[in-house]
Amino acid sequence: MPACTRVRWAVVSATSVALMATGCGGGGGSGSGPSDASKTFTYQSSEPQNPLQPANANETGGGRIVQNLFKGLADYDPSNGKLRMQAADKIDSSDAQTYNVTLKSGWTFHDGTAVTAKSFVDAWNWAANTKNNQINSSWFADIQGYSDVHPSSGNPTTDTMSGLTVQDDTHFTIKLNNKVSYFPYKLGYVAFSPLPEGFYKDPAGYGQKPVGNGPYQFVSWDHNSQVVTKTFANYQGVDKPKNGGVVFKMYTTAEAAYADLQSNNLDVMDQVPPSALANYKNDLGDRAIDAPQGAIQNVGFTLYQPDWQGADKAKVRQGLSMAIDRNTITKTVLQGSRAPASAWVAEGVEGYKAGTCGDFCTYNVDKAKQLIQEGGGVPGNSLKITYNADGGHKEWVDAVCNSIRQATGVNCAGDPKTDFKTARAAITGHQINGMFRTGWVQDYPLNANFLADVYRTGAASNDTGYSSPEFDKLASEADQAASIQDTATGYQKAEEQLANDMPAIPLWYYRTNSGYSTKVQNVAFDSFGNPAWTQVEVKS
Amino acid sequence: MGHYILRRVLQMIPVFFGATLLIFLMVYSLPGDPIAAMFGDKAADPATVANLKHQYYLDQPLWKQYLHYMNNILHLDFGTSFTGRPVSEIMKDAFPVTIRLALVAFFFEIVIGLPLGLIAGLKRGSIADTLVLLITLIVISIPVFVLGYIAQTVFAINLGWVTATVQDSRDITQLILPGLVLASLSLAYVARLTRTSIGENLRADYMRTAVAKGLPRRTVIGRHLLRNSLIPVVTFLGTDLGALMGGAIVTEGIFNIAGVGNVLYRAINQKEGPTVVGIVTVLVIVYLVASLVVDLLYAVLDPRIRYA
Repeated sequence: MPACTRVRWAVVSATSVALMATGCGGGGGSGSGPSDASKTFTYQSSEPQNPLQPANANETGGGRIVQNLFKGLADYDPSNGKLRMQAADKIDSSDAQTYNVTLKSGWTFHDGTAVTAKSFVDAWNWAANTKNNQINSSWFADIQGYSDVHPSSGNPTTDTMSGLTVQDDTHFTIKLNNKVSYFPYKLGYVAFSPLPEGFYKDPAGYGQKPVGNGPYQFVSWDHNSQVVTKTFANYQGVDKPKNGGVVFKMYTTAEAAYADLQSNNLDVMDQVPPSALANYKNDLGDRAIDAPQGAIQNVGFTLYQPDWQGADKAKVRQGLSMAIDRNTITKTVLQGSRAPASAWVAEGVEGYKAGTCGDFCTYNVDKAKQLIQEGGGVPGNSLKITYNADGGHKEWVDAVCNSIRQATGVNCAGDPKTDFKTARAAITGHQINGMFRTGWVQDYPLNANFLADVYRTGAASNDTGYSSPEFDKLASEADQAASIQDTATGYQKAEEQLANDMPAIPLWYYRTNSGYSTKVQNVAFDSFGNPAWTQVEVKS
Repeated sequence: MGHYILRRVLQMIPVFFGATLLIFLMVYSLPGDPIAAMFGDKAADPATVANLKHQYYLDQPLWKQYLHYMNNILHLDFGTSFTGRPVSEIMKDAFPVTIRLALVAFFFEIVIGLPLGLIAGLKRGSIADTLVLLITLIVISIPVFVLGYIAQTVFAINLGWVTATVQDSRDITQLILPGLVLASLSLAYVARLTRTSIGENLRADYMRTAVAKGLPRRTVIGRHLLRNSLIPVVTFLGTDLGALMGGAIVTEGIFNIAGVGNVLYRAINQKEGPTVVGIVTVLVIVYLVASLVVDLLYAVLDPRIRYA
């Protein structure tokens, strides 16, 4: 290994291709070998920010732990992102509004109690209830009666949603407010997990010591240090663990985790630090991972400001999009950690269609100038891109601005806000005028998630204030489609409307840049940026 | 002496209130809404936000929040973090780790810094002196994070002598490398301070008297020279212990130690008021007590100093 590191330093200073080529590939003994299903592996994580309750885990630190401790009706196949049944035997509907759920039998929680229809219905009612302060409570908003347990203000009038009915131990029905053809896709989200009876006696204490029904069961939570899990022997899911458990090790910096990975003290990384992006493939050889992620980076426009309204301004926005040299920026500034975007939906997602943005996402200086001129120019001939300074965005924001300035002569500058929460407050409070950094990480791998949740009129995360009757019409048509396939095609049509209006400029798709130690094998990442946990094998 | 201590302890009370008020104001004047930030890129649900704000007492005017917080503190209740853990429990986990790290660093400062300063001070102008000056100059001029990463790369990744980060913060042997890195800067100061102080005292009258009396060299240096020269060093070490407790954020980050610095950094990022105010309040008290102990130590080292 010392020789490797010396090469690494040389690459840093010289950035020489020849040195990279002669660098130490292989990374040392990573061939496949026999594995031991009783051994655990460690994963780079961060201290959960909320109690470990399924509907309260929306950040990655707690989210990935809860995902492993719980398993809902369905989840997404890590290899292709398609929906697959887990606790549910089938979820069917004739009208996309009433869903009949049939559970598999034999599923139990880690404490031995059975997973029944009631375990799901009670858990959802509890999570949706305003009184219980669950961060993901809005996930249940599609279900009939949600507004009774979660009124926009004041106390709930009842404890149960009228849309949920238990038939017997293995059957229940879900009635929705409107037709949502892709509702089963939402059910793969961890907020829809079941909860055991014991939970309701002490939800807070349970959040520190959760009992779930997933492939792994909770062993201990050593705060700020690690969360230990072990394989649940009676797990009935289709993805039986090939290892003995996952130990989530808390790191405050990715640099520390990377140092541990290199010295085999950490088995699987979440994401390599930016400082290692240039060399990690060299350092790790075939243990390096570079996989697509279901996440996109955009810059949005403040369409709610008079400066950006009117049909002409759409041309200006299209022109600005063409003035951004995505290929060069992703290769140089972002060191290949992103892939240029050609649509508003991320790669690898069900319904993804490359090139929806078409020429508007292709760098073309002449066309960019022409479109901006036709549209009457950028107001004041100057632009600001608001972003949060704590997220490592400065480099690419400056690069995008440079690209725009050089191509079109429009003055462009970054407008950094101290941190994420300050930037969010400025964006949602409509206190800015111009462009802002925005992005979307999939909740579920379906194009509807990237479109309906962000661009529909009045959608909760519609930060641009975009409102297009055509888009809304196409989106609701897609919602009423008979199958997931038709929904995806319907949303592809809606997405085409975005190219005409350009409410936000798609920049690039995220990628998972990660790696693993010599102690594990068969590590593959899904589009959520998570490894296929249960498939990781620990060498014996 | 007893009166002096009592007076000093009483003085701590206004300092305590002033410090907590300032920190409280600073944390709450940080921009951004911590509750809305819990929802990430997604829009925050207004009903849940209102409820959570009520739960954490954030819907009250600032002065009411402060009174509420102080009232709780007087009942030894430091509040709860957003994870639902009592802040007192968080501190109970983090402080022992940091104390251990600080003591390891403190140990190196004394065991390495003092002898280096002593040798250099006694043999001024010699090769040893020049070497000490050079080494300490280098250490002082290199930022601690550079030193930390170099130590990590060399000793852990290249040589494999230690693990790259601390695997178990309770194991003191794992804290040796981070302790050395943390100590490096103060260690250099201690060496230089001792060197100067010894150099000055070597020329003092009482030293000439002691030598003229024909006392053995060991007694001259140990009893007379060292004891008198240590007064400025002890002042430095005392305040440094306070600084080591709270100022190890960088070192704790590099070596992934679950100590106070780490917890504080995370809490500030999340604008988790109760955790930040609680930890900093305790740090203020540690600092006050450390400086009291230093003042008392003066009297031990220098009999001429009397407290009344």
